[in-house]
Amino acid sequence: MSELFIINISIAILFLPLLGFAVVILFGKRFPKLYLFEVGIITINLLLSIYVMVVKFSSYINDALVYGFTWIDFGNVPLLGPLNIELGVKIDNVTVIMFFVVNLISMLVHVFSLEYMRGDKRFNRYFAYLGIFTFSMLGIVISHNLLMIYIFWELVGLSSYLLIGFWYEKKSASDAGKKAFIVNRIGDIGFFLGILILFTSYHTLTLDSIFAQISAGNLPFDSAAWLTATGILIFLGAVGKSAQFPLHVWLPDAMEGPTPVSALIHAATMVAAGVYLVSRIFVMLTADAMLVIAVVGAFTSFMAATIALTQNDIKKVLAYSTVSQLGYMVMSLGVGAYAFALFHLVTHAFFKACLFLGSGSVIHAMHHEQDMRQMGGLRKKMPITYAAFLISTLAISGVPLTSGFLSKDGILAGSLAFGSLTGHWLIPILGFVVALMTAFYMFRLVIMTFHGEPKNQHKFDHAHESPFVMAMPLVILSVLSIFIWYTPLPHSPDAGWFLSSWVKTPHTVVPAELSYDFMISETPVVEDQYSEHAVVHSEKYTEAMHHAHYPAMFLSIFLGGLGILLAFTMYQWKKIDPDKLSNKLSWLYKFSLNKWYLDELYDATFVNPTIYLSKALAWFDNTIVDGIVNGAATVTKFFSAISGWFDTYIVDGFVNATAFFSGFVGIAFRKLQTGKVQTYIVLVVFSVLALIFIISPF
Amino acid sequence: MEVGLSHFLVVSTALFSLGIYGVVTRKNAVMVLMGIELILNAANINFIAFSRYGNFGLNGQAIALFVIVLAAAEAAIALAIVLNIYKTYNHVNVDEIEDLKE
Repeated sequence: MSELFIINISIAILFLPLLGFAVVILFGKRFPKLYLFEVGIITINLLLSIYVMVVKFSSYINDALVYGFTWIDFGNVPLLGPLNIELGVKIDNVTVIMFFVVNLISMLVHVFSLEYMRGDKRFNRYFAYLGIFTFSMLGIVISHNLLMIYIFWELVGLSSYLLIGFWYEKKSASDAGKKAFIVNRIGDIGFFLGILILFTSYHTLTLDSIFAQISAGNLPFDSAAWLTATGILIFLGAVGKSAQFPLHVWLPDAMEGPTPVSALIHAATMVAAGVYLVSRIFVMLTADAMLVIAVVGAFTSFMAATIALTQNDIKKVLAYSTVSQLGYMVMSLGVGAYAFALFHLVTHAFFKACLFLGSGSVIHAMHHEQDMRQMGGLRKKMPITYAAFLISTLAISGVPLTSGFLSKDGILAGSLAFGSLTGHWLIPILGFVVALMTAFYMFRLVIMTFHGEPKNQHKFDHAHESPFVMAMPLVILSVLSIFIWYTPLPHSPDAGWFLSSWVKTPHTVVPAELSYDFMISETPVVEDQYSEHAVVHSEKYTEAMHHAHYPAMFLSIFLGGLGILLAFTMYQWKKIDPDKLSNKLSWLYKFSLNKWYLDELYDATFVNPTIYLSKALAWFDNTIVDGIVNGAATVTKFFSAISGWFDTYIVDGFVNATAFFSGFVGIAFRKLQTGKVQTYIVLVVFSVLALIFIISPF
Repeated sequence: MEVGLSHFLVVSTALFSLGIYGVVTRKNAVMVLMGIELILNAANINFIAFSRYGNFGLNGQAIALFVIVLAAAEAAIALAIVLNIYKTYNHVNVDEIEDLKE
């Protein structure tokens, strides 16, 4: 199996969903069954990506497969030096894992949608959009340069817009689509500026070349501050896509899209893109940039968890839990626990997809009822959904024996190690508080939905277990949320193949004085940019992680258990009345229920001023600019009138006078032209005589 | 009194003038043709006179012969045209033949 073969297969995996999209969108109207083509393609894609993953891990586990070519060669540009733009792919272990995750979840979402979206009038188009969404995400994962990442990044933005606003007849859905797109654009500006800084400094957009130059001591504009700024700017793109504070506001609104789409966006595609991007530029993050990222992640995760505590819409709870978990991943990258961030990305992808598809199953059964206060007791009606949902909930709550326990524990240990090494204790503290709240709100959701007595008897009576195509993805995903797929030892993620051999933390390329000392390895690093033989971490960090591992584990088990217990006390056994509690803490309750009033704040600070500014500018346009234009038009018209008058009477007058004169002369001389030869002869004779008299010498 | 060049020229001038007068004033096409003949003959007299009194050899006389032949041919064609005109219009009045004017 040559390397090129694997690269070709990977590129095929990338473009197959695009083919599906093109075929379905072009011919979907004529062939109403064409969505099956898209489903078939994504299934092939999944099989191919499993194949690639197996080959990669068996034959090339320590090498990244790179293929690139120069797309535009500007040659030697004056003042800048050689300048070229490369396109290409880099297939490393993270890429093949992401390929598998994206394709698997995409395939399951496709299958789930077959039933969930049945009868929708734009059924084919829906599947086409799923195809282009998958294509865009795979593109981000496979690209080895920032230009392609940026292009696919925007494609993800576009396809999310299409899918969130899929039911665009609903105003809230089309608004949510627009909001997602615009909020993402704000982050993308930062990303774009970061790309521009890198391109200006290094004249290339290929990540490995950039890293090599930074590693050689070349800083952007010879300044450490610029390197930090670049890292933070690119991170800003991830803030938009991965819904970090303050740009997270689009994600809860994105729940307006069809529920399987939410699963796709929140588990595998869009929000994963941001975390993935930060992991790609991880090696060029300075200490300051990492601290910013860690703080943003920790704060996002805390804020979203507090909001999720009080939401009553089943999808809103899951949405905020996604924001919270993404905050975890971002925080994990910020504290240097690179591998755990990607590990959590993968485990979270499976259980969050399961939770969303499960909620879709519930919503489907309840005839599009999303309010948890109308549910209850569904456990008996929907045993498969309940079981899958419960396993995923245990996973997200960090209960032992689940995948979530492994990855979350690693992240918490990483943050604890970070706290002990740098003294920033607030980050691990926030992390642990979030662990408590996560367990609480997730079990609150489960209990309100599946336990207790049905609140709405009518809808309950009509509820039923979902058919096979909807239940099957749930089962697969919940099975993937069990520890055994990742590690043989349920308490030790480090023993698992994911962390011990698949994903290694790449060594930082930032100069030692700009990076945290614990990010610098004490042993020399192998200088080969295509090798994955990097050190796992510096010895210092590894040791701190090791020390933090058990405290973090026990603390997180304790806090998770406490959260679950609290949820049962309040909602199952009703020992504490949630209403009374919310009345007592009404200020906090309202703050959380209203999502920290952030939407209102943005409305007041950005949206409304923008609208007012637009209105003012519109007024300016309508009165001043249009006034000037209209004034100019009036003046022009006036001069035209004068010019027209001049033309009509003076110029035309001359012309007409000439014509009239000619006519007059013609009439006068016409008399001479009698048409009679004899007259002419007389004239000739007399003329000759006259000539003779004139020229005669006499 | 010896007859000289000027006498011939006077006769030819008179003949030419009569010819012009005939061409201009007559309405009958045949009369116009006769006027033309007079003009041609006036020219002939000039040719011969200059041939006799000038130092030009016999060229003038030769050209006069050509003119006579030409006049005969011209008369033949012109009379043929006049006959056709007569067939068409039933008259040969040149004033009233103006179909080509339009």
